[in-house]
Amino acid sequence: MAAKKTTQKKTEKKPYELFDKTTQAFIYNRQVAATQRMLDFDYVSDRETPSVAAIINPTGKDGLEKFFFGPKEILIPVFKSMKDAAKKHKNVDVMISFASFRSAPKSVEEAFEIKQLKTIVVIAEGVPERRMKELIAKAKKLDRVIIGPATVGGIQAGAFKIGNTAGTIDNIIESKLGRPGSVGFVSKSGGLSNEAYNIIARNTDGLYEGIAIGGDMYPGSTLMDHLMRYEKNPKVKMLVCLGEVGGVDEYNIVEALEKKKINKPLVMWVTGTCAKAFKTDVQFGHAGAKADAEAETADAKNKALKKAGAIVPNSFDDYALKINQTYKKLVKAGKIKPGPEPVAPIMPADYAKAMKAGEIRKPSSFISTISDERGEELYYGNMAITDVFKKDIGLGGVLSILWFKKLMPRYACKFIENVLMVVADHGPAVSGAHNTIVATRAGKDLISSLVSGLLCIGPRFGGAIDGAAQMFSSAYDRGLTPQEFIDEMKAKGVNIQGIGHRVKSVHNPDMRVTVMKNYVKKNFKKSPLLDYALEVEKLTTSKRDNLILNVDGVIGICFADMLRNEFPKAVADEYINMGALNGLFVLGRSIGFMGHHMDQKRLKQPMYRHPWDDILYMKE
Amino acid sequence: MAQKAIREADGKKMMARLLKDYTGGKYPVKDRYITIGPETDMKKLPNKYKWLTKEKLVVKPDQLIKRRGKSKLLLLNTDWKEAEKWIKARMSKKVTVGKTTGVLDHFIVEPFIPHEQKDEYYFAITSVLEGDLVLFYHEGGVDVGDIDAKATKMLVPIGEMPTAAEFEKKLVAKAPKDRKKMLAEFFEGMYKFYADLNFAYLEINPVVVVGKDIYPLDLAAKLDDTAKFVSGKKWGDVEFPSPFGRIRTPEEEYIDMLDGKTGSSLKLTVLNPEGRIWTMVAGGGASVIYADTITDLGFMDEMANYGEYSGNPNEEFTYLYAKTILDLMTKKPNKKGKYLIVGGGIANFTDVAKTFTGIIRALREYGDKLKKQKVKIYVRRGGPNYATGLKNIGALKEEIGLDIEVYGPETHMTNIVSMALKGGK
Repeated sequence: MAAKKTTQKKTEKKPYELFDKTTQAFIYNRQVAATQRMLDFDYVSDRETPSVAAIINPTGKDGLEKFFFGPKEILIPVFKSMKDAAKKHKNVDVMISFASFRSAPKSVEEAFEIKQLKTIVVIAEGVPERRMKELIAKAKKLDRVIIGPATVGGIQAGAFKIGNTAGTIDNIIESKLGRPGSVGFVSKSGGLSNEAYNIIARNTDGLYEGIAIGGDMYPGSTLMDHLMRYEKNPKVKMLVCLGEVGGVDEYNIVEALEKKKINKPLVMWVTGTCAKAFKTDVQFGHAGAKADAEAETADAKNKALKKAGAIVPNSFDDYALKINQTYKKLVKAGKIKPGPEPVAPIMPADYAKAMKAGEIRKPSSFISTISDERGEELYYGNMAITDVFKKDIGLGGVLSILWFKKLMPRYACKFIENVLMVVADHGPAVSGAHNTIVATRAGKDLISSLVSGLLCIGPRFGGAIDGAAQMFSSAYDRGLTPQEFIDEMKAKGVNIQGIGHRVKSVHNPDMRVTVMKNYVKKNFKKSPLLDYALEVEKLTTSKRDNLILNVDGVIGICFADMLRNEFPKAVADEYINMGALNGLFVLGRSIGFMGHHMDQKRLKQPMYRHPWDDILYMKE
Repeated sequence: MAQKAIREADGKKMMARLLKDYTGGKYPVKDRYITIGPETDMKKLPNKYKWLTKEKLVVKPDQLIKRRGKSKLLLLNTDWKEAEKWIKARMSKKVTVGKTTGVLDHFIVEPFIPHEQKDEYYFAITSVLEGDLVLFYHEGGVDVGDIDAKATKMLVPIGEMPTAAEFEKKLVAKAPKDRKKMLAEFFEGMYKFYADLNFAYLEINPVVVVGKDIYPLDLAAKLDDTAKFVSGKKWGDVEFPSPFGRIRTPEEEYIDMLDGKTGSSLKLTVLNPEGRIWTMVAGGGASVIYADTITDLGFMDEMANYGEYSGNPNEEFTYLYAKTILDLMTKKPNKKGKYLIVGGGIANFTDVAKTFTGIIRALREYGDKLKKQKVKIYVRRGGPNYATGLKNIGALKEEIGLDIEVYGPETHMTNIVSMALKGGK
């Protein structure tokens, strides 16, 4: 983030110049897009320093904001107070107020109090007329220039651009605004200034400066004010102006022409000649665009201007032609010498915009295939969230889509839900629940307490589900008879996972196992692993009564059966290897752990400390 | 957002309510002004306003009509029975005032103030850049003549509040000696009232002095509606009626309604439904210039509409706007064919391709009608993504056979108007 120098020594401006290539401004109110557009213009204009020295954010805090200056990033300071900003940036003489119509006058008053701020731009539309008249009178006394209100601003080609003037950077380059020409332009309308810059670029050596004074009844500076500046500026060779029906500003121009105060060629057109086509008084878009007297009509003004010596086309249709003819005359007379066209620096494309336009591509860092939240509604796989509910796929269905990327048949989804219900809790004494309770009683929050329990899940606690599925399917797949399987395990000296219970036995069956077994028998089209496991159980229980297929075993084995029914064997095995069965246990048991956490909180249980007498302290 | 005219009754009621606060209680104006609209139940009025059947009355339309007396739209020194009859005979009827024809729908009724011609004065305040111009003439009434030449003018610089003594010296010097002071005091209050309420124009002609009382007989005023957030409470329930004669067509009202629903701007005025030149132009400034060019090239009478869409309306609103215009223009065929100008300058930030999608949708829908009625379409636009927009709209030529020509920023903005109308004459 190496910034160029952000301030520069002020060079002395002539009184008829409001801006030059070193002019810096304050932006009043945080206007990120407009600020960036000014800086983009700076870059194509080959400015050394950014045209925005600081942002005044009256409702924010002092700080820094990041912007682009060409391909690089720079920091622009943000001040809460205009006075503080001015103290730090003594060279700044332009204040551009983006304040609303309510607070714009206050921002102007604030700028009045700071002597260095010579030019004040008011963008807001709808500033009360009386208030504006007060500001205009005060500006005159204090020798300040106000541009606006109700304007987009203006531009000095290749030097300084106010806010959003001249539109996108493409248009700025297209209209050759990155370097100065010889035409001084002023209009009321900001909306049409782009069109005017296009006309000027196509018919002359380009714009020198263009100002939109705004459409209000009482603009801070007038068409006449800016034409007089251009008249005095030797770099401006011809004047182009676009007036408007309503008001009498144009008659000051007529007078200036008559009194030879304006001597440079002036091509001018007053819009609103169509007002006579309306049967009643018509108020066009601008507040000032209404003729209250014959003299204020566009026709009367065009006529008077023509008579006074302005070059007035017959209609707007010839405006470009007249501009072109006037320019050519000046070239012929040697007053303008067209120079070679400088090459505009290439503006780096905005990443988001270029991406949208399909101009660039980039490899992504992530891929995701199970859900998509970007559209109108959330999708789980291919199913919109509304369908999730319309089709009532249940929690099992949602899990099926998000874990296994397809909605399995109802029997399978229901089985998943059954598993979750069966494993949801197994009392406070098991190691995970115990840990959760101890953590809760130590004052920890829900997530910490839950995680403290979950971290116990592994080979000894909860892991039997996974182990049973793996052991039984491996034996079955290798074609071992139940006896061969038992013998193999015995030879290895390993207990068969999923077999055996501390208290339950053939005569005292575990109801959880019975429920699961019955469901599978009734609803699965086949369950070869369960059948195999039951054969194994027959042999083990014949040795000892309590070597039954336990709940972990039945869950793991039946789940493997289910996956094998719905997916090719290799896929089903992969899901088990990924830890799907552990996941199922973690998910289900979290319900219980959170229950224990809330239970302990509800009971306001104090810190737990294990009693000494329960610990055998020994020295080796 | 501009200076907006208000009804005479609203202006007078404001005076009745507030002027006393600005004159230290002197010269109170009694609230004896009744507005009668098409919905008003006139039978109930005598009960509500006891003075109505006791006093002599004045009745006139209250619809921003100038010189009502000369158009016989004034009933003086009458009673309620006559007044009621007079209003009933005119309510909802068309009248022509000068060149403008409109429907009468609002009347003001107030007490008749007997006085002599010599009691009438002219008083007005207008807004100028430097402040306000206060006008006074020691004769008033309808026959006052060229007031701009005759009146005494006093410029009040912005921010200043002249005293009664100043008004007496500078403004009412020509009034009769015994009335100078009271007029000056009254005007001092009126100026404060005007400034504090953000009026942009106020004319009372005549102001009438009878004994110690001052009456505003005829009042016209404009408020600066941008000041609503400052003075709105004091204005009360004020209405900004359309100029007299402005009768909205259902299509115009529909577009107004759409305009109110979006943050963007959609405007439509139907000038001549039989006209052959229709426009659909983006941007307030550009739309005026297109209408100008049609006028300046001599086709004012053929110009069917004025309107604009701007501020980046979404596809749906652009579609509805375009559809309304296409529907209007294809209502009645014209043997000579018609022209549709889809114009616009170079947009600042509006995505041209995006806004065109709505217009294209409407053009497709009306394709058959447009072809049958020999509508020639000219398009010109620039700005972000314009090339794509122009390509898409131009494709309608191949796709559905519309007679359409498409131009970009290389073509002067209004050239499509002259191109279209060259064949028109």
